[in-house]
Amino acid sequence: MAGTVLQVLVKVGDSVTAGQDVVVLESMKMEVPVAAEAAGTVRRIAAQEGVFVDEGDVLLELEP
Amino acid sequence: MVQKLLIANRGEIARRILRTCRRLGVATVAVYSDADADAPHVQEADEAVRIGPPPVVWSYLRTEAILDAARRTGADAVHPGYGFLSENPAFAKACRDAGLVFIGPGPEAMAAMGSKVEARRRLMALGVPVVPGTQAALGSLEEAWEEAERLGYPVMVKASAGGGGIGMQAVDGPEALQRAFSANAQHAQAYFGDGTLFLEKCIWPARHIEIQVLFDEHGHGVYLWERECSIQRRHQKVMEEAPSPFVDDALRRRMGEAAMSAASAIGYVNAGTVEFLVDAARRFYFLEMNTRLQVEHPVTEMITGLDLVEWQLRVASGEPLPFRQEDLRCDGHAIECRVYAEDPERMLPSPGTITRLALPEGDGIRNDVGVVSGSTVTPYYDAMIGKLIVHGRDRAEAVRRLRRALDEYVVEGIQTNLPLLRRIAAAQAFSEGRTTTDFIASLQKEGSTRTDGQEG
Repeated sequence: MAGTVLQVLVKVGDSVTAGQDVVVLESMKMEVPVAAEAAGTVRRIAAQEGVFVDEGDVLLELEP
Repeated sequence: MVQKLLIANRGEIARRILRTCRRLGVATVAVYSDADADAPHVQEADEAVRIGPPPVVWSYLRTEAILDAARRTGADAVHPGYGFLSENPAFAKACRDAGLVFIGPGPEAMAAMGSKVEARRRLMALGVPVVPGTQAALGSLEEAWEEAERLGYPVMVKASAGGGGIGMQAVDGPEALQRAFSANAQHAQAYFGDGTLFLEKCIWPARHIEIQVLFDEHGHGVYLWERECSIQRRHQKVMEEAPSPFVDDALRRRMGEAAMSAASAIGYVNAGTVEFLVDAARRFYFLEMNTRLQVEHPVTEMITGLDLVEWQLRVASGEPLPFRQEDLRCDGHAIECRVYAEDPERMLPSPGTITRLALPEGDGIRNDVGVVSGSTVTPYYDAMIGKLIVHGRDRAEAVRRLRRALDEYVVEGIQTNLPLLRRIAAAQAFSEGRTTTDFIASLQKEGSTRTDGQEG
């Protein structure tokens, strides 16, 4: 889903569980939390707050 | 009368305003962002001016760009529609200062209702009941806790400058209040530039019923019945109807008079809406006044036969209203549903390209839509792509027409809330007019749809 990155909820080095909300997007005036598909450690954050992202764009990379 | 109108909006409302202008022979100017360059409202206007890139802060919220478009095209009036700059007193004043007629109330009346804390205080002074809550803006979390104890949980945390369901949240205890307090203040600051919060006692479930008023510049005004808007999700309306199946003549008169006194007290001119919550004992409480045309205005048009946009233009041009309260009649029953580009189950946005759009037709059916087959619904703006409005001689006929029209409604290429709308229309409680603000939540909890077996 396309939208603007409203908030990144994690930092590099954080460990996340599958289903945990990691980014909040704003699309069509709604806030939409995006959850991690798998558990892992955050290696890189690509999403920048305030920047528009498209469907398929990488928001962050996890290391299992 | 207005000669050339600039419409500072997009989507269905821009097209709806264009229709009235065409009928009245008023020339039109559309404005558009890059995301809307091919939009129907741009093609249908006499002239169109680009005002910037897709994000609203760079386009539809840019006062300077809009005033510049008006100057360049020689427009003499601006209609703000709803949302965007429609309730921004600085914009209304900027239009006036630029010598343009602003289609709406004066900036002073707009500002008086723009702060909910201030509006509540004014209405209490007039003797209009308001939802029990804090008298002034909350200064600290400690104060919020104290006030919440006094009111009794659950309470609503609300932004004084809020609207459209943004910046409001129900909380059931001190910890939830603490979380909502900081989150809502931040949110309201980001969206409305004002983080002021207040508390209201949570009246839930209730009915959300609002009164349409219309005032001319000569101190004369009328109320145009009520609209029942209790079917909501995320504090946003999904289905509205007029008249309300819950309101009898005595309650209508009392609510109508309360709305008129609120509008008169601030010297209101043009169309406006006074919103109330009504509890099961038929007690009503002032919520807020919307100083603009509402999304759901068509149901009022269908039962009164009045074109509200036409009267907005006439009143703004200084014409007196030629009718009085006793001249007005309510003809039949009207229902509107909002078609949203969203996943009907999870209620998440669903932008994309509409590959096919087929609208229902027939007696008593009106479509106000912002898109056509091939339109792209972008993530930049509201998810509402259009409204279906039906009218019948009575509520039963309107409900039958609604069911048939929803069955015929086709949107392909994106997900929409049409399945949810069909479920609402088929529900027994809806047929019986038992609609309260918990309607959608109860419907979803029920899981399987219970219908009353009637065929459209």
